[in-house]
Amino acid sequence: MAKLTIRNVIKRYGALEVLHGVSVAAQDGEFVVLVGPSGCGKSTLLRMIAGLESISDGEIEIGDRVVNDLEPNERDIAMVFQTYALYPHMTVRDNMAFSLKLARRSRQEIEQKVDDAAGILDLTALLDRYPRQLSGGQRQRVAMGRAIVRNPAVFLFDEPLSNLDAKLRVQMRTEIKTLHQRLGTTMVYVTHDQMEAMTMADRIVVMHGGGIEQVGPPLQIYDEPANSFVAGFIGSPSMNFIDGLVVERGGTAELQTEEGVHWPLPESARAYLGQSVRLGIRPEHIAVGPDGVQARVNIVEPTGSDTHLQLQVGSQSIIAAVRDRPSVSVGQPVPLRIDANKVHLFDLASGKRLH
Amino acid sequence: MTTKSKAKARRRLVLDVINHAALAIVAVAFLFPFFWMVSNAVRSNAEVMAIPVRILPKVFEWGNFVAAWTRLPFGRFFLNSAIIAVCVTAITVVVSCLSGYAFARLKFKGRETLLLGYIGTLMVPPLMLIIPLFLIINRLGMVNTFPGVILPISFGTFGAFLMRQFFLSIPMELEEAARIDGASRLRILIGIIVPLSMPAIGLLSLFTFMGQWNNFLWPLIVMTGADNATLPVGLTMFQTQQGTQWNYLMAGATLSMLPGIFLAIILQKLIYNSIALNAGMGGR
Repeated sequence: MAKLTIRNVIKRYGALEVLHGVSVAAQDGEFVVLVGPSGCGKSTLLRMIAGLESISDGEIEIGDRVVNDLEPNERDIAMVFQTYALYPHMTVRDNMAFSLKLARRSRQEIEQKVDDAAGILDLTALLDRYPRQLSGGQRQRVAMGRAIVRNPAVFLFDEPLSNLDAKLRVQMRTEIKTLHQRLGTTMVYVTHDQMEAMTMADRIVVMHGGGIEQVGPPLQIYDEPANSFVAGFIGSPSMNFIDGLVVERGGTAELQTEEGVHWPLPESARAYLGQSVRLGIRPEHIAVGPDGVQARVNIVEPTGSDTHLQLQVGSQSIIAAVRDRPSVSVGQPVPLRIDANKVHLFDLASGKRLH
Repeated sequence: MTTKSKAKARRRLVLDVINHAALAIVAVAFLFPFFWMVSNAVRSNAEVMAIPVRILPKVFEWGNFVAAWTRLPFGRFFLNSAIIAVCVTAITVVVSCLSGYAFARLKFKGRETLLLGYIGTLMVPPLMLIIPLFLIINRLGMVNTFPGVILPISFGTFGAFLMRQFFLSIPMELEEAARIDGASRLRILIGIIVPLSMPAIGLLSLFTFMGQWNNFLWPLIVMTGADNATLPVGLTMFQTQQGTQWNYLMAGATLSMLPGIFLAIILQKLIYNSIALNAGMGGR
């Protein structure tokens, strides 16, 4: 176990800078998830921690050591790849023992560690099989087993669940989290799936365009997004955004859109009277009727637990997620009520959260 | 069945018959020389030249194989050919794997230019190189020696290019996983890349071995002593001023084909097994 510190790390490919001075730390035993859209630099950052990419500038520290110039095997890390990267010509046992054999550990120690890891991951019965004889979930567990036997200071996961089907993904999510609780090792996990980030992380690092947008515990990021990018990226379905002017009407603050639609705002939004802002409201904070903003139902998507309503308000398309099963049909006009206290306001130019 | 579908089925049948007939003609055209060699290997020399020509011999003379083996130092020729073919194959595979890996995975300045130059040498006709190569080995005092035959032809570019292309198809993550596991470049090549490249190595081995086993001109030029002759060169010794022992020549040629056939069978299995193994590579 060890603390991981990343200080002003920059990555350049020739003249192209893809990471712009990233600084973040993972505390000893913490589960940190790097999340962001494709091309945001999260995998590059993970590969730099692993030593698979050079560091153009800045410092990466694992424990008390700066590891910038160390080879991957000298960094005391283990990595689980998206494609599992199991050696196809070796059995599960040999895959797991490979690093220990290279480190010239004794036969007894290798057997002991492989058996222990196999026991933890329920792989004992599969030790003599080849990767091609395993299912996707089993391969993923072998990849984790290969990492566990090394007893590393930091575990690195590069989108390890992307190749699994939805059900297995949920199951493996739980297994990885259980593993973290059991081992207590520092883990850095890269994903583009915000649901994985929310459910697994102690802290989430939201990345975008080669930089960090926000770092914090999952619920803090969800409830208090630093800007409109984080607000839109975290949460499914995504947050609704409506641009307009903060006005006072009937003694209360409201957002008036260009089309003259009025959305209720909290009392504290009076501070922005006369300003153009972006209102953000999560789908679950919108309810149907009995009175409110007039909308028309475009699509009804029942998910079982929730019903997602795609709605049209003027030219604006918004989505509401309601817990009950509303008796609405496509094309029907419905009044919408929004919880004004759950509304976020963002600066139109910078995207920063105002409220 | 409707009239339309019946007509369609008949048309398909006719096409199948035409296709199979065409394939059969091509197969016969390829197999006949082989059959004619074996057929002539088991008849008397008089019958080989007899008119009218008989497809099968009147009397099967199996002793021709023993005679071909004993009249000339055939065992020695066999050994010479084996030494040259095995050594050239082994060196070619090792050198091709090392250079192919360098071109596929190592990053160094001028790599692509060097590769282009390397591949460009494939366009030089091998016959053009024979005289300069001979002059070099003559200067080095290697004429009529095994190294003189083996070394100049063991560093071809085709193998390096073939291996490079195959190595590029192996997922990079396997190599990265091995680096994290603590493997050196050489260990990665030997322990991970080479076992996964058996189809390409098998193919390269087969082509190289067969090429050298049947190589006539280069050993003929370099090996000046009769004791150092290879099989293809040795077989010409059945052609003398007194005439040609066609039956022994054919028996010798048939015997000389056997190692190549066995090797092809063995390597075919290896290549197929490796392809099945690679199906589980990396999980994608």
